[in-house]
Amino acid sequence: MHIPPAIDPVKAIQEKMPEAVLRVKTFRDETTIVVDPAKIVNVMLFLRNTNGLVYNFLSDISAVDYYPDPTTEENPERFGVAYHLYSMLYNRRLRIKAYLPEEDPVIPTIIPVWEGANWLEREIIDMMGITFEGHPDPRRLLMPEDWNGHPHRRDYPLGKETVQFSFNVEEISKFKPFATE
Amino acid sequence: MAVNPNELATKATWEGNLEQLRGLVSERAMTGETMLLNMGPHHPSTHGVLRLLLELDGEEIVTILPDIGFLHTGIEKNIEDKNYEKGVPLTDRMDYLSPMSNNMAFCLAVEKLVDLDVPERAQIIRVICLELSRIASHMVWLGTQALDMGAMSVFLYCFREREYVLRLFEMVSGQRMMGSYIRPGGVWRDIPDGFIEEVTQFVNYFPAKVDDYETLLVNNPIWKDRTFGVGILEPELALSLGVSGASLRGSGVNWDIRKATPYSGYETYNFDIPLGEHGDVYDRFMCRLGELRESIKIINQALKRLTKKGEFRSKNRKFTFPMRSELGQSMEAVIHHFKLWTYGFDAPNEEVYASVESPRGEIGCYIHGTGGNKPRRVHFKTPSFMHIQAIPAMAEGHMIADLVAIIGSVDIVLGDCDR
Amino acid sequence: MGVSSKLGNLGVVTTTLETAVNWGRTGAMWPLLFGLACCAIEMMAAQASDYDLSRFGMELNRASPRQSDLMIVAGRVTRKMAPVVRQLYDQMADPKWVISMGDCASCGGVYNNYAIVQGVDEIIPVDVYVAGCPPRPEQLIHGIMTLHEKIKGERISDWA
Repeated sequence: MHIPPAIDPVKAIQEKMPEAVLRVKTFRDETTIVVDPAKIVNVMLFLRNTNGLVYNFLSDISAVDYYPDPTTEENPERFGVAYHLYSMLYNRRLRIKAYLPEEDPVIPTIIPVWEGANWLEREIIDMMGITFEGHPDPRRLLMPEDWNGHPHRRDYPLGKETVQFSFNVEEISKFKPFATE
Repeated sequence: MAVNPNELATKATWEGNLEQLRGLVSERAMTGETMLLNMGPHHPSTHGVLRLLLELDGEEIVTILPDIGFLHTGIEKNIEDKNYEKGVPLTDRMDYLSPMSNNMAFCLAVEKLVDLDVPERAQIIRVICLELSRIASHMVWLGTQALDMGAMSVFLYCFREREYVLRLFEMVSGQRMMGSYIRPGGVWRDIPDGFIEEVTQFVNYFPAKVDDYETLLVNNPIWKDRTFGVGILEPELALSLGVSGASLRGSGVNWDIRKATPYSGYETYNFDIPLGEHGDVYDRFMCRLGELRESIKIINQALKRLTKKGEFRSKNRKFTFPMRSELGQSMEAVIHHFKLWTYGFDAPNEEVYASVESPRGEIGCYIHGTGGNKPRRVHFKTPSFMHIQAIPAMAEGHMIADLVAIIGSVDIVLGDCDR
Repeated sequence: MGVSSKLGNLGVVTTTLETAVNWGRTGAMWPLLFGLACCAIEMMAAQASDYDLSRFGMELNRASPRQSDLMIVAGRVTRKMAPVVRQLYDQMADPKWVISMGDCASCGGVYNNYAIVQGVDEIIPVDVYVAGCPPRPEQLIHGIMTLHEKIKGERISDWA
């Protein structure tokens, strides 16, 4: 079976959809392409279906919160969503990144491209508060349904409880709930 | 927040508001033609705290809605509060059946981020620990799957083998399960005297046991009846759903990270990858049995290389601790020791992704550093998360008893899924 | 003297009611099959070969709370799981005991954050705490022995 030769993903996307690509970064042999969030579905379909690219496996979707660092040219908004793709045919990885603003972080869902994105996006909806437009089931996944807040955001407190040592054991025992029956 | 036990007891029942499920279950549930059954978080065969909402037409399953999060520990957010060396013991507790694989994923990502070298002896020790961890994890998988399907003696035999492996882990790291043995830059300490002999004894003893399990189960007519043709997963659907590991290889897709993007010297070992054909429970079972034999092959090859002396951890003192014996002789060692224990090391404001082949599938670790000593974001893509998503695709249309077989064959661990 | 010496060779022993009832309770305590996380694997290892729990009468793990006496909370309890734990405890029939196995169930363990209940004794009353992360099977057996000692010391005034 003839396998078409591998082509460079950066050049291919820049030729086909030049308005979608904002920036390209390389770090420790990993290529990151920063794209415009509104065009993400077309970019993904192109990457999956084109001969020579065939990125057919979605490894991971991660969301990053850049609070409280000020926005820089590298990281221009508060939220970033990183899609990690893998091509089994050509055995190479690629990262697609999209930056979303703080007031209304919305990005289209890529469930039409890979069905495995369903729960990955639901986890981000639950834990980061980013909205995925067109998601069929945007309920909370990991936290209970009536939970308030988005725990993985950097301004959400870790929720530490003061540790009881021998010097403060009585003060803390007054507030700590203790079941007796 | 104060928790009133009586309040908790009243909230415990799921208020059966059928409207919430419109669109998620089929229309027949709305009229009551099919029954909604809760296979709750406390159940003997769901391998942990997994809640499945089943829509049943008699005994046949129409829809499955998995509900996870009952073991969500916030490990990722806890690691973001600690520096990189202190985060390693927290990663142990995610996939608690093979803790070394999680350590490995995290350490590979950290080493990529700060560009840290790993000496060759450390790589060989890591390979031995990872393969032993794979054997221990597959023993629990085999024991619990057989137990769920009624073959209870296999459970006792598998745990006997697992005790042997846990004794080896205790010898090398001090702890049976959560050793935190694999650290950024190498391993925590060199292997003790007698370890090579003990592992050689284990490697000579174990293949006969795998033969025993094959005799008990592979040609057993009851086992074949319950597993042939059950839970078929097509390869294209599996790739689209993000299934990896032995569950994907059972469908015939030849992808193993140890062969495709090797780490820790895996490219220098000779081993095969067992593949399945149909994608049913029986094929996944045969793949994992084959992996046990391949692990023994790899450990044999690795043991022969351990005769040479070498370093067990990187000597780059900006990132790894000096030995205590050096502290009495060198001022720089004291300064490095102080700085690494109190502050840790800095990592650049960049992102990396590293993945390993755990017994369940692909564990991927995404780290985004800040430039300081704590990470900005640590995210783990765990295989059980994707596989539980794939269970409805495999099990809809089957009976409830087949669902138990399917959940066992996909080898989920809820700590891995919920983190 | 008296009655006990005359009945001795008829195969009858006399004892107090408390000793008899407590002996019966400790002889075959059936645990609830309730493993949550990593400690569950050590509990399974304690149940299986090498450290056998059946010699203490705990051969069967009942899946149903209505038929079990002992709840070994093995693993971390999250805020989402807490109502479930309480409901299971309420469903168990008296007499019932709770062993909190491991650090996460006793005090929150390694995790001091928003998602984990800092000690299952916030929700249910605990009789014995077993420390360890995870505790070795021998430590769990020591915890069970401690519970047996505690039960053997109970008086009629506790349960009447």
